[in-house]
Amino acid sequence: MQAEGQAPEILFWVGCAGSFDARAQKVTRALCEILHHAGVSFAILGQEERCTGDPARRAGNELLFQMLATMNIETLNLYGVRKIVTTCPHCFNTLKNEYPALGGHYEVIHHTQLLQELLSSGKLRIKEEGGLKNTRVTYHDSCYLGRANGVYEAPRALLEALEVELVEMKRSRKNGFCCGAGGAQMWKEDEPGDKRINVERVEEALENQPQIIAANCPFCITMLQDGLKAKDKSEDVLVYDLSEMILQSL
Amino acid sequence: MLQQLLFLSVLGLTLGIAYRGYRRVWQNIHLGKPEPFEGNRLERWRNTLLVAFGQQKMFKNWLPALFHLFIYVAFLITQVELIEILIDGITGKHRFFAPYLGGFYTFVINFIEILSVLALVATVVFLARRNLLKVPRFWKPEMRGWPFRDANYILIGEIVLIFGIFTMNSADGVLQTRGVDPYVPTGPLAISQWLGTTFLSTLDTPLLIGIERFGWWLHILTVFSFLCYLPYSKHLHILLAFPSTWYAPLRPKGQMTHMPEVQREVRILMGLEQPEANAPTELPVFGANDVFSLSRGHILQAYACTECGRCTAVCPANITGKKLSPRKIVMAVRDRAEEVGMNLASGKQHLQNYNDGKSLFDYISPEELHACTTCNACVEACPVLINPMEIILQMRRYEILTQGAGPSDWLPLFNALENNGAAWAMSEPRDAWRKN
Repeated sequence: MQAEGQAPEILFWVGCAGSFDARAQKVTRALCEILHHAGVSFAILGQEERCTGDPARRAGNELLFQMLATMNIETLNLYGVRKIVTTCPHCFNTLKNEYPALGGHYEVIHHTQLLQELLSSGKLRIKEEGGLKNTRVTYHDSCYLGRANGVYEAPRALLEALEVELVEMKRSRKNGFCCGAGGAQMWKEDEPGDKRINVERVEEALENQPQIIAANCPFCITMLQDGLKAKDKSEDVLVYDLSEMILQSL
Repeated sequence: MLQQLLFLSVLGLTLGIAYRGYRRVWQNIHLGKPEPFEGNRLERWRNTLLVAFGQQKMFKNWLPALFHLFIYVAFLITQVELIEILIDGITGKHRFFAPYLGGFYTFVINFIEILSVLALVATVVFLARRNLLKVPRFWKPEMRGWPFRDANYILIGEIVLIFGIFTMNSADGVLQTRGVDPYVPTGPLAISQWLGTTFLSTLDTPLLIGIERFGWWLHILTVFSFLCYLPYSKHLHILLAFPSTWYAPLRPKGQMTHMPEVQREVRILMGLEQPEANAPTELPVFGANDVFSLSRGHILQAYACTECGRCTAVCPANITGKKLSPRKIVMAVRDRAEEVGMNLASGKQHLQNYNDGKSLFDYISPEELHACTTCNACVEACPVLINPMEIILQMRRYEILTQGAGPSDWLPLFNALENNGAAWAMSEPRDAWRKN
């Protein structure tokens, strides 16, 4: 794709979860389908993409983070990348806020922002019948899209376009409650405590009796699904990325 | 004359003690590393005005915010009266401003009286919230002992202060009606006039003068004690919340501090840069293990913390029973700065080769550091822009980069990142998802 000499509109940064995690791969494919549908030309780095370094950095391993970041920046600059979309808020945050200090300056957006743009410009249209209209949905703000970057409205605009029945959790937006995966927690056992963080969050979500918990982050999706499993609710409540909900309704 | 002399000596003593206290805090803050100053001043003034003066972030929860506002505004406006008390104390005059300001004086004193009543209500509510309602965030493990007593001392001190003001004003009011010198007319006072006529009007003039003097001295001595006590108390936040807010970093919440010293290492490792010919072979300390490796901003924030625990109350790790409490992290930085400061002041240690065999890790365990999900909830919650998460991350950096320690669970992650450029060690290529 890179060899074709075309300048794509946007680079889709797939991320480790989007590349390797079976559940997140579905989100990756969903976004690709939507982009094709909307006629957006995009490229991926494929095997030249590396982890952005977010988990290494938050674990404290700055050396490893900077090595990964430096290599990624070399690749991105080599291809003259200007605009990047990610499905992962951690990749989004790192590329947007932390790469500039190392020489990587790009316009970075999260896929919920891109989808909002495509809807408002009319490149995407939600179908009249048979979508998710009136489905009872609760939305989970991820920490890295929400608090870290203040993106609260774009995901909600998508839910509005889908005409779902949105029921907010008590802790939402700035006061959103973590799923438990950030800060490299995804890769280690919890410290001793009385409860898992994802279970606490899922209990809160279940108070709203949703049919769907909508999320915007591959790690949140894993955590919320695990939490539902722990509450024996995996059959009754589904966890979807917003792109998947859009794709179902095109 | 005797009172003037007494006042001057108490004032001198207070200033002496206070100077030592505040100098110690100043020095302890300067144990940290200077931080490069970034961002524009306008935005910093905006933060200070909105967040510190305007208490913007307090109003996320309006009921405690309202009570806090009563005490805060009473505190600010009482400073006006304090100026007069200082002038009266030094010159031996009584209510120096009253003849000059006339009706405006009556207005100001009435304003103070009404705010004092509101502050009294707030203080009683705050005492009840802590001691009777036992709001959970005030009863976390780090609040045992001194922090718990400290909070109550201040609230009780506030009650004493308000008691002093009303004792002084109501006796003064009765004395004014009797035309006793030097009790100049202040105009009718909303609260103390009622107090005076109800409780004091039958008393003899000499006794009333005694009561008035008692109230006056109680008021000013409580203020002086506050001034000396503040540098040892969490209540120092009433002063340091302002500079702490002003100096708070302006970068996005998701952006960790850049480490240029690591960048050099990385570029040399990757062959992008040549090492300097006579570069020191000893590696610098990466991250933070003590107040010396934190920034001055961090220590200033630790001194500006009033231990309200809003951070801990929203911390997902703490809520689910983990040992981590962001407030405790901030308190530990202050405690360690105090300890280091003490050792330096006593001459036991010197700044050049400070080594008391201890560090921040004696206050904060790896278990606490590892429980953080970096969710920024604590940062969002702090009404005065303190960032406990940054301290945690600086200590994680020290653990991994300088000590080569850290949770063993993270080793496979680091290995996968290093060898595969991915967060998991996968045998299939990164774009295999395209084929399924």
